Amino acid sequence: MIGVLALQGNFDSHVKILEKINLNHKLVKDSKDLSSLSGLILPGGESTTISNLLRRNKNMIDEINLLASKKPILGSCAGLILMSKNSNDNRVHNFDFLDITTDRNAYGRQVYSFEAEINVKYGKISSNLNSLFIRAPKVNEIGRKVEILATYKNEIVAVKQGKHVGLSCHPELLDETLIHEICFKGKK
Amino acid sequence: MTKETFKVKVGLAEMLKGGVIMDVTNVEQAKIAEEAGAVSVMALERIPSDIRKDGGVARMSNPHMIKEIQDNVSIPVMAKCRIGHFAEAQILEALEVDFIDESEVLTMADEYSHVDKHPFKVPFVCGARNLGEALRRIHEGAALIRTKGEAGSGNIVEAVRHMKMITSQIVELKNADLLKKAEEFKVPLDLVEEVAKNQKLSVPNFAAGGIATPADASLMMQLGAETVFVGSGIFKSEDPSERAHAVVKAVTHFENAKDVLTASYDLKDAMKGILMSDIPEDQKFSNRGD
Repeated sequence: MIGVLALQGNFDSHVKILEKINLNHKLVKDSKDLSSLSGLILPGGESTTISNLLRRNKNMIDEINLLASKKPILGSCAGLILMSKNSNDNRVHNFDFLDITTDRNAYGRQVYSFEAEINVKYGKISSNLNSLFIRAPKVNEIGRKVEILATYKNEIVAVKQGKHVGLSCHPELLDETLIHEICFKGKK
Repeated sequence: MTKETFKVKVGLAEMLKGGVIMDVTNVEQAKIAEEAGAVSVMALERIPSDIRKDGGVARMSNPHMIKEIQDNVSIPVMAKCRIGHFAEAQILEALEVDFIDESEVLTMADEYSHVDKHPFKVPFVCGARNLGEALRRIHEGAALIRTKGEAGSGNIVEAVRHMKMITSQIVELKNADLLKKAEEFKVPLDLVEEVAKNQKLSVPNFAAGGIATPADASLMMQLGAETVFVGSGIFKSEDPSERAHAVVKAVTHFENAKDVLTASYDLKDAMKGILMSDIPEDQKFSNRGD
C-alpha cells in the first residue's frame, strides 16, 4: 500500500499513475493514515502550504520520518523541496531525506513554466520522459551519496539516494510512469 | 498555441488543488493568508463586498499594489481583469502574475466577447453558472473554471446552484445528442464529446462566490469542487487569521465532520451576508458575461 500525502496539491494525478502500474494506494491526511505503508508520495503543490499544514500536526512529521527510515519516499516539485536538506527558506519544512539543496521557483513565476523532455539514465534504463516544470525548483548542490537520475539541459532534475527519489518536475501530469516504477517497483 | 503549452497552464491549476485561494487587499493580509495555509492569493484593491457597496466602475487593481504582494509572499499571486479587457490582461501578464481571473466582479469591458485567452502565456480562470458557459470559457482558453456564485454576498446559495448545475449537465451528456448540445453550448463537438466521455470538465473545477464559513467550504468540496476561493468571507469577518486557518482546515479535511467542527469551534461572527432577494437583478455580478 503506497500512501499519497493529500494535505494539498496534485495528489490525484499521482493516484492515477499508481493505478496505472497496479499499486494499491491510499490518501494520507493524518498521522494514523501513515501506519503500515510500503511507501509514500509527497506530491507537487505549494511547499509553503504543505509545510504549514504539516507543522500543525507534529505526529505526522514524526511518522513520516519513521516511515522514511524503512520505506521509499517519492517527491515531485514541492515534494522535492520538502525532501531536501536545505531550501534556504524558513517557510518550508525540510525533512532532509535527500542530501541536496534546492532553490524554490528557480525558473521564475508561472509565465516561465514549460514542458520539456527529461533524460532518465539509471541502470539499464535510458529514456526520455515528457514532463511539466511548474514554477519549478532547481537542485543546486548534491552530496556524495546522491545519484543523478535525470537531467534536462545539463541541469539535475531527478535524484535518488538509497530508496528515496525526488524530482523537480511533473512527469505524472503527462501520464509517465517510469519514475514511480523505479521508486516503488525497483525497475532498473 | 500548442496543446502542450495549454497543459503547462492547467498544470498550475493542478498544483492548487485541495487548497484555499484568498482575496487580499494589501501585504499584511497576504502574509496572514500565506501563514494560514492559503495556496494562492488574489490581489485586489477592494474585495467584492466593498465593490458592491461603493458602486462605480470596478477596474483592474493598481499594478504597484499587486507587485508589493508578489514581492512579499512565496505562493502564487492572482489578479483580476475586466471581462473582455485584453489590454488589462496584457498588463497583468507583463507584471508576471501567476493566474488572471477574468472576473464578473469587475465592471464588464466588452458585453459581447471575453478575452481570447489562447495567445497568453499566463493561465486564466473564469466563472461559470452552467456547463455551456464553462465550455465556452474553456474553448476561449481558460485553464481553470470556478463557479460564479454571487461574490461579496456571504451567501452560498448561488455557488451551490452553479456547481450542481454543471455536475448534473455533465451527467445528462451521457444520453444526449452531443451534436445538438454542441450547438446549444456554441462550442466545438470534440469538446462536448471529451466531457461526456470523461464525465468531468477538461480543466479543474473550483468553487467561488459566497463562501464565508468552514462549513460552506466543506459543502462545496463535497459537491465536487477541487479547491475554494474565499473572497470577502475572510477579511470581512471579525477574526480573519483564525477564520483563514479554519477554512484551510475545513478544505483539507472536508469529508471529516469532526475536523470541520474543531475548525469552526472558536470562531467569532462571520460576515453578515445578503439575501439574493435583496440584490436587484441588474446588480448581480453573476449575470455579467455568458
